[in-house]
Amino acid sequence: MIYHLTIILLCQLAGEFLSQSLDLIVPGPVVGMIILLALFLSVPKIAAAIQPTALGLLSHLSLLFVPAGVGIVGHLDRLGSDGIPILIALGISTALAITVAALVFVGVNRLVGGGK
Amino acid sequence: MTNFPEIWTYLSQEPLLWLTATLLAYAVGDTLFLKSGKRPYVNPVLIAVVLLAVLLWATDVSYPTYFEGAKFVHFMLGPATVALAAPLYMNLDKVRTAALPMIAALVAGSVTAIISVLAVAYLMGVRGEVLLSLAPKSVTAPVALGVSEAIGGSPTLTAVLVILTGVMGAVMGSPLLTFLGITDWRARGFALGVASHGIGTARAFQVNETAGAFAGIGMGLNAILTALIAPLIISLFV
Repeated sequence: MIYHLTIILLCQLAGEFLSQSLDLIVPGPVVGMIILLALFLSVPKIAAAIQPTALGLLSHLSLLFVPAGVGIVGHLDRLGSDGIPILIALGISTALAITVAALVFVGVNRLVGGGK
Repeated sequence: MTNFPEIWTYLSQEPLLWLTATLLAYAVGDTLFLKSGKRPYVNPVLIAVVLLAVLLWATDVSYPTYFEGAKFVHFMLGPATVALAAPLYMNLDKVRTAALPMIAALVAGSVTAIISVLAVAYLMGVRGEVLLSLAPKSVTAPVALGVSEAIGGSPTLTAVLVILTGVMGAVMGSPLLTFLGITDWRARGFALGVASHGIGTARAFQVNETAGAFAGIGMGLNAILTALIAPLIISLFV
């Protein structure tokens, strides 16, 4: 498992390096994900080995957002007098974005005759 | 024997206590979530955050002190993002056949997220820096902060808005998609990832692995697209 985690960290490190040195808008970990995917595609054996560790990391993905979440509580007052309008705008916009993305996905999938 | 206040003074300054508290608070949230039959509004992130915020407030411990312990958990966000390659690899055939629906849904969802939040907030009287900070709220935090800065918003405020959007998407996503009659796991996951980044993706993984894989792709692609089009949309509006 330590070896697998090392490979994941190496991918992240390479991703951070590329993201910084090429001034990419994509953050390092996302570049790291693409590197790991490329590694999986070129050496399927690695994919089979790392799969359990990677899925283990993802099984409690929610937990990883808790520290940042606690951090925003102290900043809630920054919303100030705009607090209620902002919450309403976020709510409506999030609902709309989910609705539009899902309906367009299903609609286009039907148009191109894609299955499930 | 050292008395309790002294032990507390020692422990409350040490990473161990706050790392343990973070895991415990999450365990409480996750247990409630499972006990509720995985109801979306019983969100483990939200429960853990509220518990910890109350605890910090009650014990008068500052966020930087708390973060000394919690940073170990926070750090794992990076490796976890890299690990998204695993479900992506397993679902690669599904991803290949869904390229067109994904691109269409990405563009439509991304543009809707940016324009609708600006429009609603503007109509309700929000102006200036606060309005601009709203534009990148649907994308993963590191990208959102960069975009916010580039378009003249406040990165700190954007960080707050990003987390709020993530929790909202995770809570309302499942009931909303069910109400819309969407049964395709790919569409459900992708929409959650596009609209509410990592927290939406985490929620998608709780429900279905294919949904999780597509949410991860949606999150990654929208980070790129929003960074490109948010400044463009802002220049049209402002």
